[in-house]
Amino acid sequence: MLRLGSKLRLASGANFFKGTLGGARFMSSDVNLVFKIATESYIGHRIEDLPATDIEMSKTEALDMYYKMQVVRRLEMAADAAYKAKMIRGFCHLCTGQEAIPVGIEAGITRKDSVITSYRCHGFTYVRGVSASKILAELMGRADGVSKGKGGSMHMFGPNFYGGNGIVGAQVPLGAGIAFTHKYNNDGACTIALYGDGAANQGQVFEAFNLAKLWDLPVVFVCENNKYGMGTSSARAAANTEYYTRGDVIPGIKVNGMDILAVREAIKFSKEFTTSGKGPIVLEMSTYRYGGHSMSDPGSTYRTRDEIQHMRSTSDPITGFKTRLLETSHVTEDELKALEKDAKKLIDASNVEAKASPEPNVSELFTDIYADTTSIPSMRGRVVSETHYY
Amino acid sequence: MPKVAAPSLQGMKHNFLSATATRGYSSIYDHSAEPINGIKVGVANSALLSRTITGVKNNKQLQDLGIASSSTKKMNMCQSINDALKISMETDPKAIVFGEDVSFGGVFRCTVDLAEKFGPDRCFNTPLTEQGIAGFGIGVAAAGHTAIAEIQFADYIFPAFDQIVNEAAKMRYRSGGEFSAGGLTIRSPSMAVGHGGIYHSQSPEAYFSHTPGLVVVIPRSPIQAKGLLLSSIRNKNPVVFLEPKVLYRSAVELVPECDYVLPLGKAEILKAGSDVTVVGYGSQLYVLENAIQLIERDFPGTTCELIDLQTILPWDVETVAQSVNKTGRLVISHEAPKTSGFAAEIAAEISNRCFTRLESPIGRVCGADTPFPLVFERFYLPDIARCYEEIKAVIKY
Repeated sequence: MLRLGSKLRLASGANFFKGTLGGARFMSSDVNLVFKIATESYIGHRIEDLPATDIEMSKTEALDMYYKMQVVRRLEMAADAAYKAKMIRGFCHLCTGQEAIPVGIEAGITRKDSVITSYRCHGFTYVRGVSASKILAELMGRADGVSKGKGGSMHMFGPNFYGGNGIVGAQVPLGAGIAFTHKYNNDGACTIALYGDGAANQGQVFEAFNLAKLWDLPVVFVCENNKYGMGTSSARAAANTEYYTRGDVIPGIKVNGMDILAVREAIKFSKEFTTSGKGPIVLEMSTYRYGGHSMSDPGSTYRTRDEIQHMRSTSDPITGFKTRLLETSHVTEDELKALEKDAKKLIDASNVEAKASPEPNVSELFTDIYADTTSIPSMRGRVVSETHYY
Repeated sequence: MPKVAAPSLQGMKHNFLSATATRGYSSIYDHSAEPINGIKVGVANSALLSRTITGVKNNKQLQDLGIASSSTKKMNMCQSINDALKISMETDPKAIVFGEDVSFGGVFRCTVDLAEKFGPDRCFNTPLTEQGIAGFGIGVAAAGHTAIAEIQFADYIFPAFDQIVNEAAKMRYRSGGEFSAGGLTIRSPSMAVGHGGIYHSQSPEAYFSHTPGLVVVIPRSPIQAKGLLLSSIRNKNPVVFLEPKVLYRSAVELVPECDYVLPLGKAEILKAGSDVTVVGYGSQLYVLENAIQLIERDFPGTTCELIDLQTILPWDVETVAQSVNKTGRLVISHEAPKTSGFAAEIAAEISNRCFTRLESPIGRVCGADTPFPLVFERFYLPDIARCYEEIKAVIKY
């Protein structure tokens, strides 16, 4: 079945697993996998119950998660290579090392739930259903890009995915607003509002906390603590580095963000918590980025190479999950290898597709500025002769 | 008709596309920039930079200060800014430098070695908290110290907008002169860089120019950046100092090693001319320089006067008005969008002051009225061809 799947995946990109998640997961023939994770995977703040450490899921879902982490890593590798080949211009932030968070979060919510994140957004864009080729095309400034090539790395959006936000911390109050609409519509969904340990020190994050708790909004604030806000270690930027406690009266949980099982379980738990009227919750997911803050940061001036190597060899989210899967004895090395190959094929094909996409038409410079162009007959260009008429 | 300029939008686009296919916009900041119609373009070839000892000796600003013969060192703009920061910290024990990542040199390396030289109490990293950085700096300044803050990109200055506009700018006024944020200087890299996209390319000077109490400065070269930054730091008003980031490495000059200040609020006439006044600031001056060279070559006998505003607020109305009274024509250019850009203020004031002397409408060549695009940067920026066309139109009116 998986081998058949590999062909389908190549043909339809990210959409294949949408189908498996919706249906195949509950097929009676599917094996149920049981995992036990360490109790230290969670630390609570102002909360009695914690997410489960005994975790069950179907083999199909587990393999889907593994596959998606592989895709996200290879997507970032492709972006890295294309950037270095000068196919990508602009500022580009990769999430290599942090894959368990986007993939684990998506596994814990449904497409009705909303996600909003920072500029390190390629992984989230993919798991929310945007194809890898559209992501790469956006990075390369092509017409088929998710934002028509007009945004680039930090500006990617998708269904119930509100971006991709370049200004540090600015997306967090938006997350509260999106959550308000879920509450107003009484649709049972929640918002996952992500930010980094650096952004956690922005004033508007605290303003968002207050609004969310005041009105008990269904929002899960997720601090991706990758230990460095750009080039400054979290301990040198924050008086309180226990980010899960920084919502004050808002309950919080520190989660091992390098373990996709803990991430998925914590998100399922938090969604249940926040949509049952208990108000917001703050999750701190400890993670690590292998690369620099952006492509212009080698990432080695403010931390040692040994530290990076140590994290790669002891805490890698993909290797860690692979070990767990093999330990179940229901998953074979060959099955995982096939998925790795599939992920590579998908990204290779997406790369070719993205590169084949043309540059957007120059008239796109003037579109998407205002909604109603009929009341704005024209927009000024650099000189009078370049005035754009709608 | 030179191939960089064409009469119609259609023709111009076509020409421009074929030109950029081989050259690209950012290449004018590149040492390998190809000549346009025989004119050597770009910062590397600019006559506006003092790259030789003779050049330094002939530098008008340095002559005025009496330091045109002092010992110099080859520096790019990043290094000269670093040098100014070093001098300000040496000469003022109350001066501190802070901002995101500054203690390890900053993302553009402008603050390199300051933490080592002056210690972590005087050069330190802040959290990612722009509003906090600005407010903290105002407090430091109000208490009588010298606060030199860095906002990592001018595009990130907007969370600090309230602090700068409502607190820093108005503190002297609202305390009847008892307190002020005069010791505050906020440095921030601004303008296009060739690939910055939406949030790493903006020119926010016009927003701040609407705020009495602030001083807004934009340098164009290493020599000027050092003198203007030292002046800004020592100025008794809060200063927003916007550094064209594309010049950090591309603009290189022999910079006097001594401590010197250039006056704020004063424009500099970079090149005298009699037929049209051309006004700009920051990196746009190099584009204007090349456009003028093409104009003067294509229309023999025509000479253009090029003025660098240097200080956007308060701006030097007298120098511009005197020039326009002489030439009768004015073209202004900046990267920020045209609508409510600073060129609008210049045009309004000059049309009032020089109404009877004007021979043509005042021309503006600015960024398009769009967000700063990623993929279309070269179609957004007021490039050599667009400046050429506007100057020509104003001359031929």
